[in-house]
Amino acid sequence: MSTETFLQHLQERVEQGAPEWLTSRRQSAAESFARQGFPSPRQEAWKYTDVSRIAESRFTLASDAALSEARLAALRLQVDDAHRLVFVDGLFSAEHSDIGELPAGVVVEPLSQALMQGREVLGSQLGRLTGEDFSPFAALNTAFAHEGVLLHLGRNAVLEKPVYAIFVSRTGESAVMSHPRLLIRAEQGSEASLIEHHIGEHEAANFTNVVGEASLDANARVRHYKLQEASQSEYHVSSMHIDQQRDSLYASYNLNLGGALVRNDLISELNDENATTEFWGLFFGQERQHIDNHTQVNHNAPRTYSNESYKGILGGRARGVFNGRVYIKRDAQQVRGYQNNANLLLSDRAEIDTKPELEIYADDVLCSHGATTGQLDENAIFALRARGISQEMARGLLTLAFATEVMEQIPLAEITERVERTVAGKLPDRFNLMGVVEDSDA
Amino acid sequence: MLEIRDLHATVEGTEILKGINLTINPGEVHAIMGPNGAGKSTLSSVLAGRDGYEVTQGTITFEGQDLLEMEVEDRARAGMLMGFQYPVEIPGVKNIYLLKSALNAQREARGEEEIPSPEFMKLVKEKLEFMRMDTSFLQRAVNEGFSGGEKKRNEILQMLVLQPKLALLDEIDSGLDIDAMKTVSHGVNSLRSENRSILLVTHYQRILNHIEPDQVHVLIDGRIARSGDKQLALRVEDEGYEWIHQESAA
Amino acid sequence: MATEEMEQLVQREYKQGFVTDIESDTVPPGLDESVIAFISHKKGEPQWMLDWRLEAFHQWQTMKAPSWAHLDYPPIDYQAISYYSAPKKPEDGPQSLDEVDPKLLETYEKLGIPLHEQAALAGVAVDAVFDSVSVTTTFKETLAEAGVIFCSISEAIRDYPELVQAYLGSVVPRGDNFFAALNSAVFTDGSFVYVPEGVECPMELSTYFRINAANTGQFERTLIVCDKRAQVSYLEGCTAPQRDENQLHAAVVELVALEDAYIKYSTVQNWYPGDEDGKGGIYNFVTKRGDCRGDRSKICWTQVETGSAITWKYPSCMLRGNDSVGEFYSVAVTNGRQQADTGTKMIHIGKNTRSTIVSKGIAAGRSNQSYRGLVKMTPRATGSRNFTQCDSLLIGDQCGAHTFPYQEIGNSKSTVEHEATTSKIGDDQLFYCQSRGISEEDAVNMIVNGFCKDVFQELPMEFAVEAEALLGVTLEGSVG
Repeated sequence: MSTETFLQHLQERVEQGAPEWLTSRRQSAAESFARQGFPSPRQEAWKYTDVSRIAESRFTLASDAALSEARLAALRLQVDDAHRLVFVDGLFSAEHSDIGELPAGVVVEPLSQALMQGREVLGSQLGRLTGEDFSPFAALNTAFAHEGVLLHLGRNAVLEKPVYAIFVSRTGESAVMSHPRLLIRAEQGSEASLIEHHIGEHEAANFTNVVGEASLDANARVRHYKLQEASQSEYHVSSMHIDQQRDSLYASYNLNLGGALVRNDLISELNDENATTEFWGLFFGQERQHIDNHTQVNHNAPRTYSNESYKGILGGRARGVFNGRVYIKRDAQQVRGYQNNANLLLSDRAEIDTKPELEIYADDVLCSHGATTGQLDENAIFALRARGISQEMARGLLTLAFATEVMEQIPLAEITERVERTVAGKLPDRFNLMGVVEDSDA
Repeated sequence: MLEIRDLHATVEGTEILKGINLTINPGEVHAIMGPNGAGKSTLSSVLAGRDGYEVTQGTITFEGQDLLEMEVEDRARAGMLMGFQYPVEIPGVKNIYLLKSALNAQREARGEEEIPSPEFMKLVKEKLEFMRMDTSFLQRAVNEGFSGGEKKRNEILQMLVLQPKLALLDEIDSGLDIDAMKTVSHGVNSLRSENRSILLVTHYQRILNHIEPDQVHVLIDGRIARSGDKQLALRVEDEGYEWIHQESAA
Repeated sequence: MATEEMEQLVQREYKQGFVTDIESDTVPPGLDESVIAFISHKKGEPQWMLDWRLEAFHQWQTMKAPSWAHLDYPPIDYQAISYYSAPKKPEDGPQSLDEVDPKLLETYEKLGIPLHEQAALAGVAVDAVFDSVSVTTTFKETLAEAGVIFCSISEAIRDYPELVQAYLGSVVPRGDNFFAALNSAVFTDGSFVYVPEGVECPMELSTYFRINAANTGQFERTLIVCDKRAQVSYLEGCTAPQRDENQLHAAVVELVALEDAYIKYSTVQNWYPGDEDGKGGIYNFVTKRGDCRGDRSKICWTQVETGSAITWKYPSCMLRGNDSVGEFYSVAVTNGRQQADTGTKMIHIGKNTRSTIVSKGIAAGRSNQSYRGLVKMTPRATGSRNFTQCDSLLIGDQCGAHTFPYQEIGNSKSTVEHEATTSKIGDDQLFYCQSRGISEEDAVNMIVNGFCKDVFQELPMEFAVEAEALLGVTLEGSVG
């Protein structure tokens, strides 16, 4: 459609002294974006998600990262014991960031600084997993690649505190776009957690387009928490690409509560024995939110494992999409792959489209998937009412309980409390749980 | 009937059986006991013909035939039947189908006609009654959703229908309550006859109160350390295996 | 069990290759308006039918063959196909069973097919078979007494134009999809069934009882209408390997169930799957759809698919009537280089509608098999339920089994459940059977039949027995 309107801002971002490899990579990504154009619902991967609202909008690039401490404090999690990086409309805010002390062998840096430092890891990492044609959005991100997070863990390096990356989307006069890039390189035996937190000021109507690439060497362990709490007017598109070597573990906790139009892609490549991917997801849509989660686990080697569970709760006129794909390559024997998607519709005008796929070319495997969509268990409601709890309250409690399976996996109380409060506070009035779970949205 | 000579067998390169000698004559009931890790389950597996067990030395002769050269199904057709410790579940395959296919395979191997259905049903019902099992059991899938006791009873039912020459019962008593054990023993005892032999492999002496063996062998460290009559089993029950260890070492 | 053994076990050759030396009265290859006019004229059709065909043809010209299925085949040249061949004359075929390939007869024997049907299937001139004629006469009388209409679609167009006009294309519109449009333009054969109000069809209707069924045709068109409170069970195809010199098959089946009506449609498909390299097999692109138009109506699709090189087939139910019920039970077996992309669509429109999907896929050899299904709950379809069970069994490590279920749920008072598993036949299960004296081959057979049990029990009795035998023959190997 109007790919030029997006690319016209490219000139603004061409900083002096960008390495040659980056300039050429950006250039070919811009070409790829122009070639692919915006996806249409006629493409299988975009069947249920129409991005013409994004394509037809005009976004500029933010020129400053100004944000008062009070405005940030109102939005962010109280995770203080962390290596904190703050980005405002895509620009790094040194003022609000506090990376702190790092153990030997660990680099945590905003991408712009890492580029200035000429970190070698960037050249080998950026674009390695996305390729050029994964999606037009990923290509667009690469074309603008400039800012984001570099997390480089040397051999056996263990980062005890989480990296907490905050992406704030401001309310402004004109809508802006940002293209944060996350690069994770975990060498053998290393370990770290990353919290990727997207927050938006009320009515911020920006376009956030994230791409992440994570390479895990043998025995590396990375836990990635994504909490997406953009405003109800924000467009949020992201793709996360993961590459795993033997005995490694990558666990994703993908929690989506905000956004007008949200599309997340998660792709993991299990390339050697005993590599494990865990995908946990929760999406909660209200009003006219549209939240689309696409996941793909590629078992490219024997004895690799994956476990996935996504839960969706949809009210109002919200629409949820889940497309989970488990692929098992020829000769990748003794793979175990489990996938489940369960959804709860709270309103007759809400909709869920779900498609759990298995694509299997090896015979000695155990795979299963399931998808259910339904209502709350009337027996459970009855049991609660029999204890004197009102019908409405019982529904609210059970709705919250529905999310529990995913929440139980998350060891960070700040995240789970925030999610519970948001879900409880945004339930339809008749299920309202105010007073049961303290409201934080005021 | 069965003749085991100097049997050595390895599992993943480790020698487990280190020279077993055992002769079972027609009509005899033998029991093999032994502590954990002595090689009981390896011996059962070698006799049953499971993959993953390599016989490095020795011979097993069954009714004059080289057992080790026989395929699993041929062993069964020739009359050597195994009652498993952990019978596998086979979803969707009804018990009655399994029984009929197995019986006909055996008859075919002997050059006999397939059994007529009415005759087969009569036979099966008779045996079911004997094992105090309901006929609805025939329509259930093989071992699927069976309790431990039901699975073991099913193993014996198969023996009663298929009438083997040699019945091998691997830990048939483990996990059974006393009532189930009585039913199972009752079934096994009914198999006893002049020309049929039974080999019990067991961890516990208890079942030998119900099925009286002609000979008891104690397997220790891959060899038969001692053989005797029922008294041997009782002594093991009272004193454990340590004394045999010591005596064989002495 | 070692993989090679397993492979050997499932390897089999189709018992009967193509017979291409049969002459027929054909139009030259190619498709244009004149060919359609020729077909319509040959069939002695009225003008409205010709107009209908031409309209379909014009729509087809604007369409493209679908490419979303998990299938890989070279593009089809639709101008290289001949769209009409006259029914075979009796003297063209073998004159008696003695002239038929004994291997084919052996297969029939294994499948337990009666002698007179063997003759019909092998293409022996039907007139020579007395049994068949008498059977046909008897059943025609029985149906006439009940008021059931069962005839070829061509006869129906001639004799019952008002029924055909009212229902043809009302479930699968002419332009529904590429293959349906093609079929609408050129169909030459098929069945028509009408069961009047309150009538329970006194017998199971089967395509190969119909006199002209020996040549079941390349572009079959079937229309079954069950009036209020009427019931019918219809059997299509047969377990025996079927010959056909036409590589492309594009059938359309439409079912209409009015209030409280029940249609059970069972298929056994065993078209030639091609040789070991996948050469020469049938391409089977089928559109089957049932319309549960009336309240409390029910449509049940049951299929056993073992043949064809390419299968593209999604028997579906439009659940319009309140409390209507749709069911789909399927067993698909692929071997060699076969590719199948099959499943169902359950579109819930009426309130309190229910659907059940049970799909069992067995992939062996170098075949690829996909389940593709859609369950849609429209906002109006409150109180509706779907349950889907979808299992795949892989035999050998060169095949693939895939599952693509789509769920589109648009109201909060419906329940949709989908379960799927993929597994192989366990070595311990085989060992257990073998230790009871059952051969490996029989053990595989028993386990496969057990795997398919949920579907077989939905088949009419005579079909069920044949279907079990068919799986035996299909998985018969060169072992021993």
